[in-house]
Amino acid sequence: MSSLPKSVRSVLATDCGSTTTKAVLIEKVGDEYRLVVRGEAPTTVEAPFEDVTRGVLNAIMEVEELAGRKILDGETIITPQDGNTGVDIFLSTSSAGGGLQMMVTGVVKSMTGESAERAALGAGAIVMDVIASNDGRLPHEKIQRIRQLRPDMILLSGGVDGGTTRHVVELAEMILAADPKARLGASYKLPVIYSGNTDARPEIEKTIGDSTALTITENLRPSMEKENLMPARLAIHDLFMEHVMAQAPGYKKLLSWTPVPVMPTPSAVGTIIETVAKQEGIDVLGVDIGGATTDIFSVFSEVFNRTVSANLGMSYSVSNVLAEAGVDNVMRWVPFEMEEADLRNRIKNKMIRPTTIPSMLEELIIEQAIAREALRLAFEQHKALAVGLKGVQQERTISDTFEQTTSGETLVNLNSLALIVGSGGVLSHAPRRQQSMLMMLDAFLPEGVTEIAVDSIFMMPQLGVLSREYPEVATEVFEKDCLIRMGTAVAPWGQGKKGQTAITAKITMPGGATETHEVAYGDIKLVPLGVGETAKAVLEPARNMDLGEGRGRPLRADLVGGVVGVVLDGRGRRPFGLPSDRSGRVDALQRWNRSLDIYPERAKELAAV
Amino acid sequence: MAHAYTPGLRVTGHTVIEKMRRLPLKGEVLVEKGDEVTAEDVVAKTALPGNVHAVNVANVLGLPPEDVKACMLKREGDAVEKGEPIAVSKSFFGLFKSTAKASITGTVELVSDITGQVTLREAPIPVEVHAYIDGTVTEVIEGEGVVVQAAGAQIQGIFGIGGERVGELAILVNSPGESIGPDRLGDVRGKVVVVGAHASYDLIFKARDQGAVAIVAGGISDADLKKILGYDLGVAITGSEEIGVTVVVTEGFGELAIAKKTFDLLQSLVGHKVSVNGATQIRAGVMRPEILVPLPANRGKIAVADHFGSGLEVGTLIRIIRQPAFGKLGKVTELPPDLSVVDSGARVRVLKARLEEEGTEVTVPRANVEMIEG
Repeated sequence: MSSLPKSVRSVLATDCGSTTTKAVLIEKVGDEYRLVVRGEAPTTVEAPFEDVTRGVLNAIMEVEELAGRKILDGETIITPQDGNTGVDIFLSTSSAGGGLQMMVTGVVKSMTGESAERAALGAGAIVMDVIASNDGRLPHEKIQRIRQLRPDMILLSGGVDGGTTRHVVELAEMILAADPKARLGASYKLPVIYSGNTDARPEIEKTIGDSTALTITENLRPSMEKENLMPARLAIHDLFMEHVMAQAPGYKKLLSWTPVPVMPTPSAVGTIIETVAKQEGIDVLGVDIGGATTDIFSVFSEVFNRTVSANLGMSYSVSNVLAEAGVDNVMRWVPFEMEEADLRNRIKNKMIRPTTIPSMLEELIIEQAIAREALRLAFEQHKALAVGLKGVQQERTISDTFEQTTSGETLVNLNSLALIVGSGGVLSHAPRRQQSMLMMLDAFLPEGVTEIAVDSIFMMPQLGVLSREYPEVATEVFEKDCLIRMGTAVAPWGQGKKGQTAITAKITMPGGATETHEVAYGDIKLVPLGVGETAKAVLEPARNMDLGEGRGRPLRADLVGGVVGVVLDGRGRRPFGLPSDRSGRVDALQRWNRSLDIYPERAKELAAV
Repeated sequence: MAHAYTPGLRVTGHTVIEKMRRLPLKGEVLVEKGDEVTAEDVVAKTALPGNVHAVNVANVLGLPPEDVKACMLKREGDAVEKGEPIAVSKSFFGLFKSTAKASITGTVELVSDITGQVTLREAPIPVEVHAYIDGTVTEVIEGEGVVVQAAGAQIQGIFGIGGERVGELAILVNSPGESIGPDRLGDVRGKVVVVGAHASYDLIFKARDQGAVAIVAGGISDADLKKILGYDLGVAITGSEEIGVTVVVTEGFGELAIAKKTFDLLQSLVGHKVSVNGATQIRAGVMRPEILVPLPANRGKIAVADHFGSGLEVGTLIRIIRQPAFGKLGKVTELPPDLSVVDSGARVRVLKARLEEEGTEVTVPRANVEMIEG
């Protein structure tokens, strides 16, 4: 493999998502690096191809077509660039294996079994089955089940520290007998995490140490009264990103095409988020909502956290979003009636045909409603996991586990949050930018003053891997072509009264003139402020609402403009003010729609009311 | 020339069907390479030791553990019936009798004079693997299982529930878009029944109760699926539902006409023995439900592996796989290179196609079609 060139004239970078493979071509144009074109194709990890490089080549061919450049010689990427042919470097990221689906085991179903399940769910995995010594199934049935489900990973737990070791060793023997084959990748040792009775560690090591990729962590249930899920959660999380995702078929071939290791997509997106947070010295929240997973990255008080919610996504996992959120939570964002049966069928059809897109307005509205719920739920998972330094033990009593709310512990601070960056098909491909802005506002409910941006065509993964080797190129393209700054949201928390003014904003516009804008409680208002424009503002919340300076006290802030503008959000927080009665809710949704011009006027006609 | 497309499901009358049949634990393979087998044949078996139960005889009889052996009516290795006395003690000049009884039917495995417990073991549990398809054993994996191969038809569905079953194929409708009610089932005993565009909850369970082994339909409603499973399916991983019948859905959720190619192929196979499996895994490493029909006469007539080389071109036969016009067939007439705006406002790559049935031209996002293989 050749060493990297000192400087590059052109970069070809791909990201293999669970549903789509995206290719971007970056070139030096004059003195600056700019995105030239972007191509995409369905990801080809599944039969009949079972080779991720097929989708990569298809996406590159689309780039060739759109750019009018020859980049491929047959199935080989031409490097370095020669005249108008080839590119100086090819890089890639991948999450093509999709979300993490795992099995957990415990000795007693209602004790270690359930704790193990909580650990896995908290790490963002889908739990396919909980196998317990006392679950009523015969050993061969359990073995058959492990084989049939082809889990990506197994969490083996059971036994309190100092207790008997026999049962948990029997579970290990069962895993050995099952000899589970991965769903992808033939030469693959199944990752097994052992988080059970510490006394059993030598036996476990002896039993499955050679035949599996075994990781040992602290007991997730060290005593009957205590639960210690964090070490197991972190192990699941790390193993998933470093180990499982690399098993997409064709991955090794892809590795051979690039001089730089293929990065897991979440790592790449995390890298860019960290860079932005560091450069600007702010708290940042980033989200990448894909087909199988929703990944959230945050930097709060200079601490970086990332969570991969493998059970929430817009295609493979979309039915799970409905199952977790419930029909009512999805439909509360939809300003027209739909039969529950119809909604369920549409969502299931998307699940079984994940690469299709909504072409009708009605379907777009439904998908964006689901996206709000997926983002909201993923954010809840993130808040629960973003709890201080990695590796610190969190031993709590079992009753604590059930009663404890996350707000006391989490690092996530919605008021100090300065920037939200969204990425992923439903956000980046939204027909109108204000749709993305409102989806993120509704899902994350930022407070105070928050800038909102979107990855224009979700190339954050590619820029993340590029920034490791050519940070200046990545940063330039990120600022000039990737990030679409949509504007700033101003949102006080607290409850107002109907008819009351929630925010009075005195804004000194770039030309020098000062304008006063008011928004009523329950409404949102758009103040035009363009890309690259900044305005100084004095923002006064209603008497019983707060922007960070105290109830009713004004806040001075610089508001950054964007393609949407400044959104004064007077809907309230804690709780968020979405009316619960149907006609009030539909009326509110339609008012907000009009304020931001979210959907075409004819969206009203979709209402069967 | 566009290279991005969604490949369709496999629907073919001439292919090689190969199935690995494996025991969950080491055991005995009962057939040899080259043997002809039927779907119902047991190709490998093993026996699991029965479950053990302990009877605390020392407690029951009120004796110290070392005295238990002397009171035993049964010895190690003897068979016992549930409720049968296995030990008796006399005390107080033979006036008071205490009896310990077998808690299960099985064998006496161990009488312990340390714990005073008697271990009883239930009869061994046989575990068998069937061939699943009529065919030939082409490979034997010692102590584990075999590979069975056949030439014939393979139809993949889009979604299913339930596991492996075998039956005779019957079609209860005259056209792919027709649906029937539970009252139109007729004699479905032992049959894999194709019921048309929609399989309702009532239809599925009535068919099951009347002895049908599997139902094949164009569509199922998610509300019915939730009723059948008893829970909301979050991620599409199925195959081990114990509902007494297998369901294979060919098109999706709702009432959806079976694809013409699929329906025509099924019609040509009426009366044949078919093997079905509803197991579905929608994820990378996807698994689709299937209908397999070994056709001995096809041996030697196998088509070469399907080729997917050229992608979408003008003239390619496609099927629309999302609303509007879900399920309609058409021929590509144009592949505009630039992005187009669709009803949702999105700018996407589209194609133009002439619908086979209506003759009208439609514009459809390229992501919303699948290619129809010849």
